[in-house]
Amino acid sequence: MQAVKYARAESVEEAVSLLQDGGAGARPLAGGTDVIVQARERTRDIDLFVDIKHIAEVVAIEHGNDGSLTIGAATPCYEIYGDDSIAEKFPILVDSTSLIGGTAIQGRASLGGNLCNSSPAADGIPSLIVLEAQVEIAGPNGRRTVAVEDFCTGPGQNVLDSGEFVVKLHFPAPAAGSGARFIRFIPRNEMDIAVTNAATQLRLDGDGNVTWARISVGAVAPTPLLVADAAAAIVGQPLSEDSIAAAAAASSAAANPITDMRGSIRQRVHLAGVLTERTIRQAAERAA
Amino acid sequence: MATEHIVVNCTINGEQTTFLANERDSLLEALRDRIGLTGAKEGCNNGNCGACCVNMDGRIVNSCLVMAAECEGAEVRTVEGLASGDQLSPLQNAFLEQAALQCGICTPGFLVAAEALLEQNPDPSEHEIRYWLAGNLCRCTGYDKIIKAVQQAAGQSVV
Repeated sequence: MQAVKYARAESVEEAVSLLQDGGAGARPLAGGTDVIVQARERTRDIDLFVDIKHIAEVVAIEHGNDGSLTIGAATPCYEIYGDDSIAEKFPILVDSTSLIGGTAIQGRASLGGNLCNSSPAADGIPSLIVLEAQVEIAGPNGRRTVAVEDFCTGPGQNVLDSGEFVVKLHFPAPAAGSGARFIRFIPRNEMDIAVTNAATQLRLDGDGNVTWARISVGAVAPTPLLVADAAAAIVGQPLSEDSIAAAAAASSAAANPITDMRGSIRQRVHLAGVLTERTIRQAAERAA
Repeated sequence: MATEHIVVNCTINGEQTTFLANERDSLLEALRDRIGLTGAKEGCNNGNCGACCVNMDGRIVNSCLVMAAECEGAEVRTVEGLASGDQLSPLQNAFLEQAALQCGICTPGFLVAAEALLEQNPDPSEHEIRYWLAGNLCRCTGYDKIIKAVQQAAGQSVV
């Protein structure tokens, strides 16, 4: 382990101050399931952990009266998938949080941490993208909000500046007739990193027309992708084999993956289409 | 940069404990090297194997992925807390009776994880047991005997 110091922040302002004073080697500590490994294996230079889990708003789940949802960035996965209202209104968040790591990882890991780790294969981010999550960031100049699809800038890289950290994630209320689904492909049943993953949220009107959609695929580019062409292929008409196939083709066309130990370029391009098709069909089932 | 020794106050297996650790110690290192509780094992040291699994504030965690300093005020339970004196817990007895271990390195993690499952879900299905324990790796048993031991501890008939 690198010579890491530890500080427990009691407020957002204190966390910002500690991170700013700590400079480039200071990292927020939520569940630690990525950053502690990075400190130990020296894949990042870290000399200060600022523990943000003792700040109330950073670990809170709030359901708004309008059906919106706010999740503190460090809220562990098990609290998210164990929340009955989230399971009812945002089941796609259960899809993601219940398959990030195993039980012991889910006891610590958070959606905010998954986002800030900014892996191209993150299993939380496509769901955040199709839910139109807004990322609330605190920093030396106060707070700002970033659309989640603009947050990651490359593998392990994001828009956070020195002294900044993610406080919470805001989700608008899903409109009537909405359904959303996240799926990942791995060669075993659990405890693995996505070869490719995908999420779809769509809305159906009373006649079965798709009135709105958002589709995201992961592990096929340097950052998780929002694929506008895939959504456009299904909007404005009832779902059909042709429209779903066109959306799948759009996701495959948007994919720009690498070949690595988990999968080849060819396999990932194919999977982007397959998972787009499956998430559209299953999101539509949830919308019905 | 040098790190300092820190004092941590927490509860370990029901006993109020104060220990001295290096600021960069993980909970696993503190348990094994500072407190002398060597039940939790270091396997992968990166959160994949589950051999270091302990219960922290009612949830299982990989103690290699927890900083010792984070445990201030926490309630930690390790495999050493399962037995009452010389009396093994029902889960520990079931592991013996079902021969659910061979080399034993993974066993403390499996015991702590399975105990937490049974506390939360006293009558789990085989599917639920397998998913709950997916973060604990065993290279000896092939898992079936471990699953049967948990089923036996849950009072289920085991074939």
